[in-house]
Amino acid sequence: MSQALEIKGLHAWYGESHILHDMNLSVAQGEVVTLLGRNGAGRTTTLRAIMGLTGKRSGSIKINGVETIALPTHKIAHFGVGYCPEERAIFSSLSAEENLLLPPTLNAGGMSVAEIYQMFPNLEERRHSQGTRLSGGEQQMLAVARILRTGAKLLLLDEISEGLAPVIVQALSHMISTLKTKGYTIVMVEQNFRFAAPLADRFYVIEHGQVVAQFGANELNTKMDELNELLGV
Amino acid sequence: MEILGIPLAAFLGQLLLGLVNGSFYAMLSLGLAVIFGLLNVINFAHGALYMMGAFLAWMGLQYFGISYWVMLLLLAPLLVAIFGIVIERTMLRWLYQLDHLYGLLLTFGVTLMIEGVFRSFYGVSGQPFAVPPQLAGATDLGFMMLPIYRAWVVVASLVVCLATWFVIEKTRLGAYLRAGTENPRMVEAFGVNVPLMVTLTYGFGVALAGFAGVLAAPVLQVSPLMGSNLIVTIFAVVVIGGMGSILGSIVTGLALGVIEGLTKVFYPELSSTVVFIIMAVVLLVRPAGLFGREK
Repeated sequence: MSQALEIKGLHAWYGESHILHDMNLSVAQGEVVTLLGRNGAGRTTTLRAIMGLTGKRSGSIKINGVETIALPTHKIAHFGVGYCPEERAIFSSLSAEENLLLPPTLNAGGMSVAEIYQMFPNLEERRHSQGTRLSGGEQQMLAVARILRTGAKLLLLDEISEGLAPVIVQALSHMISTLKTKGYTIVMVEQNFRFAAPLADRFYVIEHGQVVAQFGANELNTKMDELNELLGV
Repeated sequence: MEILGIPLAAFLGQLLLGLVNGSFYAMLSLGLAVIFGLLNVINFAHGALYMMGAFLAWMGLQYFGISYWVMLLLLAPLLVAIFGIVIERTMLRWLYQLDHLYGLLLTFGVTLMIEGVFRSFYGVSGQPFAVPPQLAGATDLGFMMLPIYRAWVVVASLVVCLATWFVIEKTRLGAYLRAGTENPRMVEAFGVNVPLMVTLTYGFGVALAGFAGVLAAPVLQVSPLMGSNLIVTIFAVVVIGGMGSILGSIVTGLALGVIEGLTKVFYPELSSTVVFIIMAVVLLVRPAGLFGREK
């Protein structure tokens, strides 16, 4: 299977602080991969480094086989990458619908606004509200929905289940399964293991800015003890 | 007919003059607001670029016989924008990560250089610029004489300001601009070429100053100092309206022009300070400005 994302020897910095140390990971087309780890391990930084949102980077990041490490952020999205940051980054000076329509179309085959409203009826009801007036759950749906519209096929989702009511977490979980059947490639950073476990094909455990363990969904039961130790649960 | 002991004609005359000045305040502070919003730069060079617009109109007519209209609607804003884009690409670009003060100092230096060049060629006395024949003269409204050119200034400025407001607040292009003002990195992560947008926004902001300069040429004398005379008041307008607020700068610009004009009627001694008194009061009561959002 061809690789949607292949990271080799990646180092990344914020100013003087060296956050990622020789990160290596790869994600095949259509795979759902979860990055696990403690707070501050470098999972969010990995996603941000893929988008070129950190400071200095070195190493190799290939998206669909093309080297992107030297490209500016605005070009990276055009490889069909959709990024949903942990802080959601809903714009307060835009209405909910303007937020939804903001990201430019990258590829054909994105969801239509009608499909998105069908998936998230709340967003349609509140489309004229100021983006940041939406509830936390609605903002999270909006943050994910707006990258589904663009035709991005590689989704980088940072802590999308964090701090949300169980019913919304369930809706998001359902959404990810749907996207998976549609062939999307997804990299999730998740604190909520129970959310990630049934969705992901593979897991990477990250510690001190590098991968310290990886295993497939089928190994989950046998590796549970090792995992608990690594995550300090 | 009199209002509070002031002849109606004098009152209306000052009101119109206030509106004309307010039109310039509005256009210039609007450009500053747009630039500050996206670039985080306090563009001190705005006054000098406004002066440049006026001089371009004068030079075009004087040396090349290019009409006022071509200058106003095309050449002056375009040339000022190109000049601004060069400044942004070569100098301002390096300062975005730093404190506002650096951008202010750099553009202040640019101001001194532009003004110095024009002063060494044309001295400080103003160059006369005739009102274009289509807009010469005045109409009798019955209760006052209305100089057509002044009415044109107010109308043209309102059209430009409202069009700018519409584009920023109601269109997709404006949504990029608003979003970029809030979180440029995220907009870039969506695949929008934000550095290009920043450059074009600066170009547009200073083009507004160039446009205002041409508009001012027949009303005020075209002089190298015309920008410096105005820029301090413009900054007061921006502070009163709220840094970076689009609607705020338009409304505040016009309102302060009118208030200043009326102060000339009722208490002339105060007319040159009234704007700053209002600024002080607004800063005390609403530090973010009348239309600004608290951070």
